[in-house]
Amino acid sequence: MGPLESDRRFYPPPSQGGLIRRLCLALASFIVALGSIVAAQAPPVPAAPQPRFVVVLDAAHGGDDPGGKLDTQAEKAYTLSLSVKLRSLLNARGIQVVTTRESDTNVDTNRRAEIANHANAQACLSLHASQTGSGVHLFASSLPPAPPTRFPAWRTGQSAFITRSLAMAGILNSALQHAGIAVTLGRTAMPAVDSMTCPAIAIEIAPDRATDHAAGSAAKASLDDPVYQARVAEAIAAAMLEWKTEVRQP
Amino acid sequence: MIARHQTILFGVLLAASVAMGAVLWQLRERAHQRLLQGEDSAPTQAPEVAPAEQATLIVANDADSSLLSQVQTLPLPKDQGARARLVLGKLLDLYAAPDAAHPVPGGASSIAQVFLLPAPNRDAGPATSPSPAKPSEASGPQLAVVNLTGSFASSHPSGIEAEILTIQSIVATLHANLPRVTQVRFLVDGQPRPTLAGHADLTRTYLATDAVPTEGAHP
Repeated sequence: MGPLESDRRFYPPPSQGGLIRRLCLALASFIVALGSIVAAQAPPVPAAPQPRFVVVLDAAHGGDDPGGKLDTQAEKAYTLSLSVKLRSLLNARGIQVVTTRESDTNVDTNRRAEIANHANAQACLSLHASQTGSGVHLFASSLPPAPPTRFPAWRTGQSAFITRSLAMAGILNSALQHAGIAVTLGRTAMPAVDSMTCPAIAIEIAPDRATDHAAGSAAKASLDDPVYQARVAEAIAAAMLEWKTEVRQP
Repeated sequence: MIARHQTILFGVLLAASVAMGAVLWQLRERAHQRLLQGEDSAPTQAPEVAPAEQATLIVANDADSSLLSQVQTLPLPKDQGARARLVLGKLLDLYAAPDAAHPVPGGASSIAQVFLLPAPNRDAGPATSPSPAKPSEASGPQLAVVNLTGSFASSHPSGIEAEILTIQSIVATLHANLPRVTQVRFLVDGQPRPTLAGHADLTRTYLATDAVPTEGAHP
């Protein structure tokens, strides 16, 4: 038996099935090695992605609907200005903002609710202003609470969010009072708010009047006072930041 | 050329029509005289003076966003609808006063009508039982439909709180004086209107229980 025969006995020529098996083994070992390299280099995977936190700012009125008449301007102009200011403050705090209008345009009540509902927001603020009363008035919907449904009715969509809306009103109340602004809490029926499927509050800003209102004393701060406007906007932004923390708590 | 007999005929007919007109005028004058002679201008029924009663007005105050009860003595008629209109008129007169705590122009004339109807069952939908002859005399809960004038709505101060205070004070005043009124709806010039002055929803039915003044709603 020559050396050639011996080689043939110990190293038989590979068949087609054996070749495929070897290729598969090589490929598997390559994948395992690649996986271990990637695993060693990749950062740790977070447990769960943080949900998006969006605030909808609804500047009331606009276009041919001027709203109430304030000292020097119409309500529509005041609410738009406040909306722009609030958007900047919220963006600076890392909060995403969706607005129902960016200019002096007429937006239908139903359209406002549609924008808010499509945004899938965690807070919806309807901004108003009035010469009547004092401080800031916070209004939640007067709809009775109801369990959430897959297809809520249009004008009662807010009923599934009433509990959260009232909780958000509490946080807004605390923040505004902490800023030294008088707050009135109430509940009312408003078509735009009642159709929103998010925690929603109507915020009405009135002049900061003196305590002795009956004596007819002058307002401490008018609606046009930039310092008063800034205090209100800062307090609302701070409340939204706190609400964001509240929403993300398990 | 007109024939002679035709001219004569035309003249006769003209004279007859003038004569008939004169006779009709005479008859009309006689009938009018008879009517005047037969009319008795003496009063047949003594004017009824409604007895003065105590009415409770729930008055809004813008300073602290409160609703306060105020008792006034008013001559209240027996008819429930007229009584409701009179009480609400008095309430709006207070708001139209120069030193009002919740100033709203208009006054008593802003209430065009108040209708009292059997209240629909809110759980089972609208009432299906036959209506009584006089709905205001039914024994069950009532729905009051308050018809406001357009001038009142257009001159009302715009604002969520101002509008809600007006609505709640009207609802609470109706319930305080007519306890069977449990639900209130609003019309403006006989037509439904989306909001009072741009904010408060006027298309919904307001419940008297929601308008009861509470202290907890104030800071």
